[in-house]
Amino acid sequence: MFRLEKRPTPSRFWTGATPVVAVILTMLAGGLMFGVLGKNPFEVIRTIFWDPLFGEFAWYLRGQLLVKAGPLILIAVGLSLGFRAGIWNIGAEGQYIMGAIFGASVGLAVFPTENRLIYPVMIAAGAFGGWVWAMIPAILKTRFNTNEILVSLMLVYVAQSILAMAALGFLRNPEGAGFPGSRNFNSYPAASNPELIAGTGMHWGVVAAFITVIAAYVLLQKHLLGFQIKLSGQAPRAARFHGVNPTALVVLCMGISGALAGLAGLFEVTGPAGQISIDFNTGYGFTAIIVAFLGRLNPLGILLAGLLMALTYIGGEMASTNLGLPSAAIQAFQGMLLFFLLAVDVLSNYRVRMSMKGTA
Amino acid sequence: MTSAKPVLLSVEGITKAYPGVVANADVSFQIHQGEVHALLGENGAGKSTLVKMIYGLVKPDQGRMTWRGAAYAPSEPRAARAAGVAMVFQHFSLFEALNVAENVALGMENPPALGALAAKITQVSEAYGLPLDPTRMVGDLSAGERQRVEIIRCLLQDPKLLIMDEPTSVLTPQEVDILFKTLRQLAAEGTAILYISHKLEEIRALCDEATILRRGRVVGTCTPRERTAREMAEMMVGAVLTPPERGAKKDWGDNHPALEITNLSVESPIPFGTALKAVSFTVQRGEVLGIAGVAGNGQDELLLALSGEIRTAEGMVKATGVSVGPLGPNDRRRIGFVMAPEDRLGHAAAPDMSLVENAFLTGAVRKGLTRHGFIDWAATRDFADRIIKAYDVRTPGSHVAARALSGGNLQKFVIGRELSQSPDVIVINQPTWGVDAAAAAAIRQAILDRATEGAAVVVISQDLDELLEISDSFAVLNAGRLTAPRPVKGLTIDQIGLMMGGAHGMETAHVPA
Repeated sequence: MFRLEKRPTPSRFWTGATPVVAVILTMLAGGLMFGVLGKNPFEVIRTIFWDPLFGEFAWYLRGQLLVKAGPLILIAVGLSLGFRAGIWNIGAEGQYIMGAIFGASVGLAVFPTENRLIYPVMIAAGAFGGWVWAMIPAILKTRFNTNEILVSLMLVYVAQSILAMAALGFLRNPEGAGFPGSRNFNSYPAASNPELIAGTGMHWGVVAAFITVIAAYVLLQKHLLGFQIKLSGQAPRAARFHGVNPTALVVLCMGISGALAGLAGLFEVTGPAGQISIDFNTGYGFTAIIVAFLGRLNPLGILLAGLLMALTYIGGEMASTNLGLPSAAIQAFQGMLLFFLLAVDVLSNYRVRMSMKGTA
Repeated sequence: MTSAKPVLLSVEGITKAYPGVVANADVSFQIHQGEVHALLGENGAGKSTLVKMIYGLVKPDQGRMTWRGAAYAPSEPRAARAAGVAMVFQHFSLFEALNVAENVALGMENPPALGALAAKITQVSEAYGLPLDPTRMVGDLSAGERQRVEIIRCLLQDPKLLIMDEPTSVLTPQEVDILFKTLRQLAAEGTAILYISHKLEEIRALCDEATILRRGRVVGTCTPRERTAREMAEMMVGAVLTPPERGAKKDWGDNHPALEITNLSVESPIPFGTALKAVSFTVQRGEVLGIAGVAGNGQDELLLALSGEIRTAEGMVKATGVSVGPLGPNDRRRIGFVMAPEDRLGHAAAPDMSLVENAFLTGAVRKGLTRHGFIDWAATRDFADRIIKAYDVRTPGSHVAARALSGGNLQKFVIGRELSQSPDVIVINQPTWGVDAAAAAAIRQAILDRATEGAAVVVISQDLDELLEISDSFAVLNAGRLTAPRPVKGLTIDQIGLMMGGAHGMETAHVPA
């Protein structure tokens, strides 16, 4: 029989190797699934992982990589700080929507004024919108001990309803012939988030994501606050003994993750998406949870995980259009990635032993 | 004197190894009928593994045992019990919500009807001087009474050999007397008793023979009555022990006591914890206050209130005349407090963090390990290395996780971390829990050295000998209330016993299972 034996200290090798093993296992199991669906597994895997980088349309798709990875990384880094502290913000999708609505509202309110200060104010409003939406579960948790997982998740659906209201009502384009959706920010220079270098997909949101990765890395490695975050997640009683105020930490971590999700929404609505529409949100806030764990809740890991996840998004889209795969199969494929990651995760803290008969 | 009695159990060349550690190596000894045999050794010497093999819980790798002349290799406790071996564990396995008779019935192979069993329990408890009412709920019993339930459960099996693992660690001196009377009576009736302990005076008072273990090996046997406690301690440790020395005391001429607790009452934040009720005491600079009491009587809560993990109303906790009740742990460290909670892994230290990070856990403030909120890891590593060196912490280095250390080594690290911060007020719960005698002596010496340098010290401990050795004044925490502290000088063991149990009534002592 196999049995698991707890390691005295977590294995450094396996902490780094588990994501690689998880990706390989996902390819194997996913390939099997694609095979059952009647597709050539090798062709599908190649379409997902290889073609976006080196295939025929790579010149366009490579740029899309950063466009997709930017918001994922930005949100995931914020979530990872809370996850490290044992604070489970599952509602980044809602905070992302609210950030977009708040930021867009500021921009649209002053349309068509041209002023350099407009975009910075919109950025602040976007962060504020996400922060406010995250403060609701944070305050309910600290005041009434509610579960932040449920509250933040339910607030996603509230945010979606507000988004629909905005697109159909208070933010609808007055010159849009009654169609739902706001004005397009791409035709409003003071409030738009353009591609900074043509063909790279690099926009201000991607820049913000890179800065956030570096800041979070420094915070966790060098700063007292990062230590307190890690301590609270690993040993809550030791954290209180050290002097961490659990209430303040919940408010802070929820606030940071909410504000970063709001920023991601603002950069998205003013850039790649262009406008507030009913189907503006595409699940970045949920996928970022996978990205955070795939990146081992480590900022640098999240950077790589965000790029990888963006790749499966783009490649998955290619696979569904070119090879006729149902989009549910692509989502299942992405789900497998998280599943296998959590499953092999056990190797970093446990080693597998063959147990001999007679020993307990 | 023992050779006259027939041999009951003979252990020959028993060896048991676990990954990375040899728990028992070539252990041999004999127990005679009607003999009280001590198994003496420090924590980790291999006592528990040895008795688990006798009780059928663990299988030896090598060696053999004979029971009344026949080969004996119990495959499970049931087989050991059938042969006539019974064991009272250090940690009780009782259901609080059931009464005494029901608990006893649960531990028996073929329990009789509850009425008949209750009558039998009463009969046995009277015969052996262990007063116990079979209809009482176990949840309402004191630790000593709970132990009686376990003992009576064993006695109902009519054992030939009764194994007792550290039985007195939860008892008051009076309860210890009652237990010893019972054990002597049992021995006189022919039951052999294997008595595991590291308390030397008890062994001298009770046992006929002693087998001394050190690092898994038998290092000697003796007749305890003929040896002094120090001689046995030195056999157990394998080194010459020096008692802690107290530096010269001086009058610091303070206007206010270093620590002043006035009518401290707080609810317990711990489920099934004990609330503190109007606890008052003062500790001057250079003074060591020892607080005794059975675990679960408010020790944890007192430490939390002193460390700042529980905030208290203005005026309840004062340091040099200034109220610190509303301050959190780091603010208290800033004005000179250090504290060491009882639970090392998870409370005093973060299990998965390295010793460097754990050094930072409490050393950040007083050692100045941050600059503008950024952590100076080089200085922290240096601090951790110095603790490891000064307190002889056995570890491959400061980079290993706290949970990789043995209990005793982590204990040394935690105590060393606190005592290395030039404190003014020291609060320690169970300072020498789990460490060997030599390290315990070093820790006690370090505490006394800090007191000599002018620190006010509060030591909470269940080890009476330890408290009497290092304390200037002595008080007992019982059901959340603290007796008035009394000077240790001139205190008799009877007075201590009264403070521990008699004054408040033994049945009020509350111990979580």
